[in-house]
Amino acid sequence: MSIGSGIYVAYLFAAICFILALKGLSGPKTARNGNLLGAAGMLVAVAFTFATPGLTHFPLIFAAMAIGIVIGLPAARLVKMTAMPQMVAAFNGVGGGAAALISLAEFNKADPHLLAVYEVVEVLFGVIVGCVSFAGSVIAFAKLQELMTGRPITYPGQQVLNAVIGGGVVGLAIAACVSPQSWLVAVIGILALAFGIAFVLPIGGADVPVLISLLNSFTGLAVAASGFVLHSMLLVVAGTLVGASGTLLTRMMSSAMGRSLPNILFSAFGSVITAGGTDEAGGERTVKSASADDLAVLLAYSQKVVIVPGYGLAVAQAQHVARELAELLESRGVEVSYAIHPVAGRMPGHMNVLLAEANVPYEQLKEMDEANTGFQTADVALVVGANDVVNPAAKNSPGSPIYGMPILNVDEAKNVVFLKRSMRPGFAGIDNELLFDPKTTLLFGDAKDSLTKLVAAVKAL
Amino acid sequence: MTGSILTLVTIFVLSVFVGFEVISKVPSILHTPLMSGTNAVHGVVLVGAIIVLGTGHGALELTLGFIAVILATVNVVGGFVVTDRMLEMFKGREPKRAPAPETTSAPAPAVEQEGVGTPS
Repeated sequence: MSIGSGIYVAYLFAAICFILALKGLSGPKTARNGNLLGAAGMLVAVAFTFATPGLTHFPLIFAAMAIGIVIGLPAARLVKMTAMPQMVAAFNGVGGGAAALISLAEFNKADPHLLAVYEVVEVLFGVIVGCVSFAGSVIAFAKLQELMTGRPITYPGQQVLNAVIGGGVVGLAIAACVSPQSWLVAVIGILALAFGIAFVLPIGGADVPVLISLLNSFTGLAVAASGFVLHSMLLVVAGTLVGASGTLLTRMMSSAMGRSLPNILFSAFGSVITAGGTDEAGGERTVKSASADDLAVLLAYSQKVVIVPGYGLAVAQAQHVARELAELLESRGVEVSYAIHPVAGRMPGHMNVLLAEANVPYEQLKEMDEANTGFQTADVALVVGANDVVNPAAKNSPGSPIYGMPILNVDEAKNVVFLKRSMRPGFAGIDNELLFDPKTTLLFGDAKDSLTKLVAAVKAL
Repeated sequence: MTGSILTLVTIFVLSVFVGFEVISKVPSILHTPLMSGTNAVHGVVLVGAIIVLGTGHGALELTLGFIAVILATVNVVGGFVVTDRMLEMFKGREPKRAPAPETTSAPAPAVEQEGVGTPS
């Protein structure tokens, strides 16, 4: 067997590993092994790549990989579970950037005028999609990391500007097909970067996870495109797998939010918020707040308590204290469960990861539909750092930007207790009527402090 | 070359179907790890980056290839490690209430949930 076919077989093996990895990742029992299988396939693929005939510059390759490991490994190991979404965005962005650079370098290598049109199209697709994914991921990262506002950024003529940039990319791409030139491809890349930024700016807070998933599938397609450019079966298979499964995942996520994808991408969430927010702004409204001791009594003498964790619980690293409180209440005979909204935290499934970290028994975690049948019989719904996912505006006020999003019906519980840092609206920036409801009680403070106080107060009873 | 492009197109189309089929049923708890896992898989672009750098000529190609290898390595390493960290948390938990940390490495069904099952 020649070296070439040996490498091909190794790549085939890696491709099979990737397919099985994704299949494994779809089921709870097989997920971890699936991921390891993917890593094994990757190792084989990269190892055999070094045997590629005609490959030189090994010191440079090893140096670059060493730099990559030095950057990537600590970042991945040290990142807090709460910061996971932006980390995924960052890793996704660099992948897209790599795909764009590969297409660009390969274009530069060839004599542009000898390229067939389809080959130029392959290059352009890789450069454009890769650049959009890179720039979009950078902005998504900045939004989630709170380096910039998580709110949608809108300005007059935004749609027009986006259309102009997008049209410019397409126009220049057509020109490049007619007359392929390196500088033209570079300009297209820069315009695509600008488009990536412009495209993500108006997408606000709560929608960013869906966006990251979309950009993830973009990167997959960019990788597939560089596979076409390099005539690499492996890159085409793996990139396309990610592109297709990522698209499906994006659809699952947006349907979990009760919204269509175009609606998320183009609705300019922000303009609706400012319109809806003004009529709420006027008028002092009173909320009922209580001390931890009072609330401890309420909780300890309840029959059934449903804990609704949100991102606030995650940032305060309060999942362990929440479990402690739950166990304490259970030892007093209270039935405790957790109601998990599909997009609680900042990504679908994010909250499950965080609670799993705190060893919360799995059977206490209720998915939304199951949880919603239980609120009517619950004495207390304890909302810890969640807001948008329990906002009745999603059911009651058609003008609200979150109207139509499935929510947890905590307003059906006999009492609602909010642990909140302040009256600040949630990530989506929308006021919550439920805070002003007579059966709602608030305990202000950091989620972890409040829960710690509640634990102490329940113990003292 | 035409044969090659047609082969690649065939592979592409079939991969689209495989991609859709392979993850048709995913419980929402696994959405985040799955996104992270697919993210790691497209790190395979590292293979392309190595080839581009290893066959490059001239400062421009080498610079582009060098940066591409760095970025792709970050993608691969970071992607798999982060995914593993997430999934590690689902491991070895008792399905029944078990407050005590007696969750040894017994191969207890890691996560049991109705409606959850590997797609068949």
